[in-house]
Amino acid sequence: MARIIVVTSGKGGVGKTTTSAAISMGLAKKGHKTVVIDFDVGLRNLDLIMGCERRVVYDIINVINGEAALNQALIKDKNCNLLSILPASQTRNKDALTLEGVEKILEELAKEFKYIVCDSPAGIETGAHLAMYFADDAFVVTNPEVSSVRDSDRMLGLLASKSRRAERGEEPIKEYLLLSRYSPERVRSGEMLSLSDVQDILSLHLLGVIPESKSVLTSSNAGTPVILDEKSDAGQAYADIVARYLGENRPQRFIDDKNGFFRKLFGGK
Amino acid sequence: MIFIGSGVRIQAITRNLLNPQMTINSHSSPALEFKSSTFSVPVLSLASNDLILVEQLLNEKVKLAPEFFKHSPVIVDLQDVNKKQLVLNFDDLTTVIRKAGLFVVGIRSGNEEQQAQAIALGIPLNTAPTSETKAGTKTKSTKTTDNETNNEFVTNDSTTVMITKPVRSGQRIYSHGDLIVLAQVGAGAEILAEGNIHVYGSLRGKALAGVQGNTEARIFCSDLQAELISIAGNYKISDDIHGAISNTPVQIYLQKNTLVVKTII
Repeated sequence: MARIIVVTSGKGGVGKTTTSAAISMGLAKKGHKTVVIDFDVGLRNLDLIMGCERRVVYDIINVINGEAALNQALIKDKNCNLLSILPASQTRNKDALTLEGVEKILEELAKEFKYIVCDSPAGIETGAHLAMYFADDAFVVTNPEVSSVRDSDRMLGLLASKSRRAERGEEPIKEYLLLSRYSPERVRSGEMLSLSDVQDILSLHLLGVIPESKSVLTSSNAGTPVILDEKSDAGQAYADIVARYLGENRPQRFIDDKNGFFRKLFGGK
Repeated sequence: MIFIGSGVRIQAITRNLLNPQMTINSHSSPALEFKSSTFSVPVLSLASNDLILVEQLLNEKVKLAPEFFKHSPVIVDLQDVNKKQLVLNFDDLTTVIRKAGLFVVGIRSGNEEQQAQAIALGIPLNTAPTSETKAGTKTKSTKTTDNETNNEFVTNDSTTVMITKPVRSGQRIYSHGDLIVLAQVGAGAEILAEGNIHVYGSLRGKALAGVQGNTEARIFCSDLQAELISIAGNYKISDDIHGAISNTPVQIYLQKNTLVVKTII
């Protein structure tokens, strides 16, 4: 039985697509057949981040409208053959996405894939609603910043009430916090919300903290998910996250400063 | 077979609000006034149209507590009789009930003919119950039961609503009785109750108690950081709330139309 993961946030620009690309690649590299779907119709980005923008022939709207078969639209990733990408349409608008259409696609994908990662668009309208409606797990990507935290809180309320699991009275969606663009230095100087500040408001199970990193921009320019950059801190953070999601117990590495050890040793502030 | 069901609350609507002239000319005392009032009336549910049997059983019941039943008002519920499609003449029924010493003050679930007879006798029509004396309190998460907006959670009776999961931004909880939240209330969330509100986590959203006019209602919380608090329409926004110390349990109540914030003990 496939596990459907939605990567959502409410707020835009916090790192949903970066996260979707990284964790779907991470799951595939661990040997699980994974597909990642772009739900942002009209503003598609996932294909760019995955580096397959020149190989898009058919998209999710074509499949919903019956213009193409699912396997014609799926793109196999060049770095890992267990990973496939289902791109969004760039020319249509989001009204083309329907609940029944999405349900059919997910049912068909569930026969072949172990993990289905849904990259949600920003906001709380149809696109975001459809991305999270069928989910089993939700990765709520949040920046340590006041508006992002409030929007994530809103999204959590919607996950608890407007999903299929909620409407059927089934076990609720498992919610995980992914705190991205975290800068321990700025937290220490009091400029940025700390992890505990965010947890005070959201009270979520923490899956991982992703540090602010230049490697994210470099990777998206190169069209490879940042998790493949094994030297980068962000890449390692995502690797930790995938491991934790799969059950491994890994300590949180990116909450404190890199220089923390030396500071403690020499008694700095 | 008859049984006397549980009581029904009748609430008269305050008409002052609908008739502004009454308040404008308040210096000359008005000739009449509608006031809100609540009282319990027993419901007589019928399952048979055999009036001889009904009369006999009714008399037996009245004999068990003659002082209670003498001149007692009663509302007649004909749902079962009409479901079984038994023919029952309402005029005859009221005669039987009158003979037993009871006054019929309402009819519920009557068919058109029965309702017409009731009106002719000067007996008002009552609506069918949505829920009556539900046992115990409900423990519900923020799952919805309403179709309007999926963020609203409303119950139909006045038992305490208990919430055990955090109330998220954008959600709205309404209780006809008291409201107890065993988690935090997020900024941008709204919790409303006709009775009291207790929040055992941090209260960051809006809390409105006594929303139908109960000035005795209070708000109790462990950590007051609310955007807005209100009791029976008297409200204060966070800037104007004084006396809130973070992480200290406080209670909020109305004293002469002003909101007072005080530590609980």
